[in-house]
Amino acid sequence: MAEYLVEAKNLCKYFKVDRKRMLKAVDNVSLGIRKGETLGLVGESGCGKTTCGRTLLHLYEATSGEIYFDGKDVSKLSGKDNMDFKHRAQMIFQDPYSSLDPRMTIGEIIAEGMDVHVKLTGQERQQRIVELLAAVGLTEQFAGRFAHELSGGQRQRVGIARALAVDPDFIVCDEPISALDVSIQAQIVNLLIKLQRERGLTYLFISHDLSMVKHISDRVGVMYLGSLVELASSEVIFKNAKHPYTQALMAAIPEVDFDGDGKKKIERLEGEVPSPINPPPGCRFAARCKYATDICRQQQPQLVELEPDHFVACHHCK
Amino acid sequence: MENIAKEKFQIIGTEDDAADLLARPPINFWKDAWRRFKMNKIAVVALILLCVLIVMCVFAPMVSKYDFEVMSDARNADPSAEHWFGTDKLGRDMWTRVWVGGRVSIIIGLTGALISMTLGCIYGGIAAYFGGMVDNIMMRIVEVLISVPYLIVVILMSVIFEEYDIPQLVTLLLAMCITGWCGTARFVRSEMLRIKSEEFTLAAQLLGVSPWKIVIRHFIPNTISIIIVNITFSIPSYIFSEAFLSYLGLGIEPPGTSWGALASAAQSQFTFYPYLLFWPVLMIALTMLCFTLIGEGMRDALDPKARK
Amino acid sequence: MENKEKILEVENLGVSFHTYAGEVKAVRGVSFHVNRGETLAFVGESGCGKTATAKAIMRLWNPPFVEIKSDSSMKYNGEEIMDMDNKQLQSLRGNKISMIFQDPMTSLNPTMTVGKQIMEGLILHQGMDKKQAREAALEMLKMVKIPAPEKNIDSYPHQLSGGMRQRVMIAMALANKPSILIADEPTTALDVTIQAQILDLLQGLKDEMDTAIILVTHDLGVIANFADRVQVMYAGQVVERGTTEEIFKEAKHPYTWALLSSVPALATENKQELYALKGTPPDLLLPLERCPFAARCEYCMGICREKNPAEVSLGETHSVACWLQHPDAPEVQSFYDRRKK
Repeated sequence: MAEYLVEAKNLCKYFKVDRKRMLKAVDNVSLGIRKGETLGLVGESGCGKTTCGRTLLHLYEATSGEIYFDGKDVSKLSGKDNMDFKHRAQMIFQDPYSSLDPRMTIGEIIAEGMDVHVKLTGQERQQRIVELLAAVGLTEQFAGRFAHELSGGQRQRVGIARALAVDPDFIVCDEPISALDVSIQAQIVNLLIKLQRERGLTYLFISHDLSMVKHISDRVGVMYLGSLVELASSEVIFKNAKHPYTQALMAAIPEVDFDGDGKKKIERLEGEVPSPINPPPGCRFAARCKYATDICRQQQPQLVELEPDHFVACHHCK
Repeated sequence: MENIAKEKFQIIGTEDDAADLLARPPINFWKDAWRRFKMNKIAVVALILLCVLIVMCVFAPMVSKYDFEVMSDARNADPSAEHWFGTDKLGRDMWTRVWVGGRVSIIIGLTGALISMTLGCIYGGIAAYFGGMVDNIMMRIVEVLISVPYLIVVILMSVIFEEYDIPQLVTLLLAMCITGWCGTARFVRSEMLRIKSEEFTLAAQLLGVSPWKIVIRHFIPNTISIIIVNITFSIPSYIFSEAFLSYLGLGIEPPGTSWGALASAAQSQFTFYPYLLFWPVLMIALTMLCFTLIGEGMRDALDPKARK
Repeated sequence: MENKEKILEVENLGVSFHTYAGEVKAVRGVSFHVNRGETLAFVGESGCGKTATAKAIMRLWNPPFVEIKSDSSMKYNGEEIMDMDNKQLQSLRGNKISMIFQDPMTSLNPTMTVGKQIMEGLILHQGMDKKQAREAALEMLKMVKIPAPEKNIDSYPHQLSGGMRQRVMIAMALANKPSILIADEPTTALDVTIQAQILDLLQGLKDEMDTAIILVTHDLGVIANFADRVQVMYAGQVVERGTTEEIFKEAKHPYTWALLSSVPALATENKQELYALKGTPPDLLLPLERCPFAARCEYCMGICREKNPAEVSLGETHSVACWLQHPDAPEVQSFYDRRKK
């Protein structure tokens, strides 16, 4: 098995709601991301995919479990190692409106990370800003502008440039395209793929848009209510999903069929995602699953490797 | 269909980057705010009026031929060409006294607001930044302070300070600021908490920017405009407090004067010489109104939600 | 479509926003009609004027910042909406035309129970008393398939999930059995599995109540499965319109092609470069003498930069505004030719 750049083992992140109740945002998730690959993370809102990404970057302190970055335990990093981690792991945010400081010019925003990690003269710094702007397809004239003057797609490009400024190896893309228009989404996805090829970046691509995830990812993990239910290569997930939730998710995509009669019956998953606060024991999906039996309601299934590189957490998938 | 030349139907493709160029001229935040402020006619008039009032307070006593402390024989004179606002019961020129009093009132208003704003910003900022337990304890302290009756504190302080021979102006300021900053602290804290949850703060943390720099580069610039508006709104309340305390005899004492003290002195003769009360009250009302109107104009100009 | 009665006719609709930088012409002379019981979809990117158009139908814009141009005409069953006074408008809104929004949380009143909010409209427009209205509200909640309606009629919006809130919105909008329902991105804020449920529900209710739906969305997948007719909007204008089949299979406008190809089909090769339009839509502040899409269009011709093309009819329902339809224009490789390769 190839070397993992980022690895999470039994990662848990709970938030305290009040004295008695716990919100289990991420519950016992184990996954590894290989160097140079894109791992897609999909699931409905509230399934913990964003929390998972943020915990991996150590923005949140994990409740339990370990995170390894390049073989080192992230929670034990200090001083120089910690700064090193900060410039090797970056994030692109979902909301292009809240992720850029409205009082800073685009140039200042991009330079913010550079200023921390490298010493540059004024001229070198300016040149680097222009280079980064060019790398994300923007012109020099944007450097002096403010975020509110830019369109959503342009802002997202600036967010990418800011992450690239510190030369990272690993980027968590947290729903980077869901706030954008379709034609702009394609631009950003193309840009992300191009940058990955040029710089050998490793991505964790978090999204609820399955068709985009399929397009950009090498492997895909499916989350439901804080736990990982299936993890496999994107081909396998889309053609041969084993977990009933993954199957339902695939069936719910309203797909455009250019050759058929245009309309396809959208399959419907009954019910809604239950609250992640004090979830019931057993499989999280049991309440909505048509195959659920007694064992599903009592015991939480573990993620097992059914076929090589195809992990499923379900009592009924054998 | 009309005739169109054939060569117009050559495919020439997309314009390079043309669509990505920014069509609108660059606009700086403060410039834009100033432009919006100028659109508010009432606020502009208030600003001009306030400037006139301040200029009068500074220069009118200097060029006046009377000194505000010097008494004359013309007691309780009606307004005339000689004494524009009349004279008080000791024969002092009201025109000069009103402007000298204005100095005290406006200085108290401005410095009071500034001091409590500075204290409040630091306190609220610290509470918001550290959060958790620190925040909890600091905010409980504020709640306790707010619940102490304000008048009792002021009376106590003026009694204590009198013994040490500290200028009344300072006593008054201290007394007003000792609880005045609490509201600001609460307000600044909530603003900072809002900024703290924005994604750009997360991004800065991820880039390894130090906490101190995050406060300076992100927290302060993003709250400063709202804080300025808040200062503007709090100035009239300080002016009013000063007037109120002086009126009760807890503030400025003779021979010094302020609008509140003038009003207090005029009160006993109000039925016979109403103009003695009229001038200081008019000035208090005008100044407070100006600050409030300017504050409203600034709020509309700086409110990010109204920006489009 | 046997039922061809036109219940809404909009002609030359213009909507402008007055901002510091000048007049932003968000909708520029849009004309369309809605037939009874059909679903008409407005598709386009943000800022293309689809929501502005939808809101203008209800006259939901307030002067002076937003202006509906006086030469616009909107006829509901032959009645001119532009000439209606406040009282007539009130009976139009909610009663004959109603609307649901993208974010059900902000469009529901958080301090009122959902039952009361549904009853409000019933009491206002149908003159029901409280008891009747409650009965009817309960009936509506059952219709939109809210679980345990007897219990949930007394819950507050924040007690319900996003999907449930959208169901409540639909119940409110349909309570007075309007003949047109404007759905502004009704499923954008929802998860895919919930989106499918809501779309199913809307489809069922539409057939049952014979309500026409104006569906505003940017999601072509939703349109393919749900709409009868589609109009593609760009920079405040309609660039192409037709039945869903015509738009998906015989589209003629390069912008429609671009929209169609920006959806990655599940069958395509991974990490291939996706077809992406260059640039961003034009700033609506600027006057547009030329075709609004010219700067981003790879088939742009000299004429496109000089004159805005008129709409050319290609069939009973299909029309397109593009100079490529001019007899002198060259043949170009369409989206479909490219796709076959």
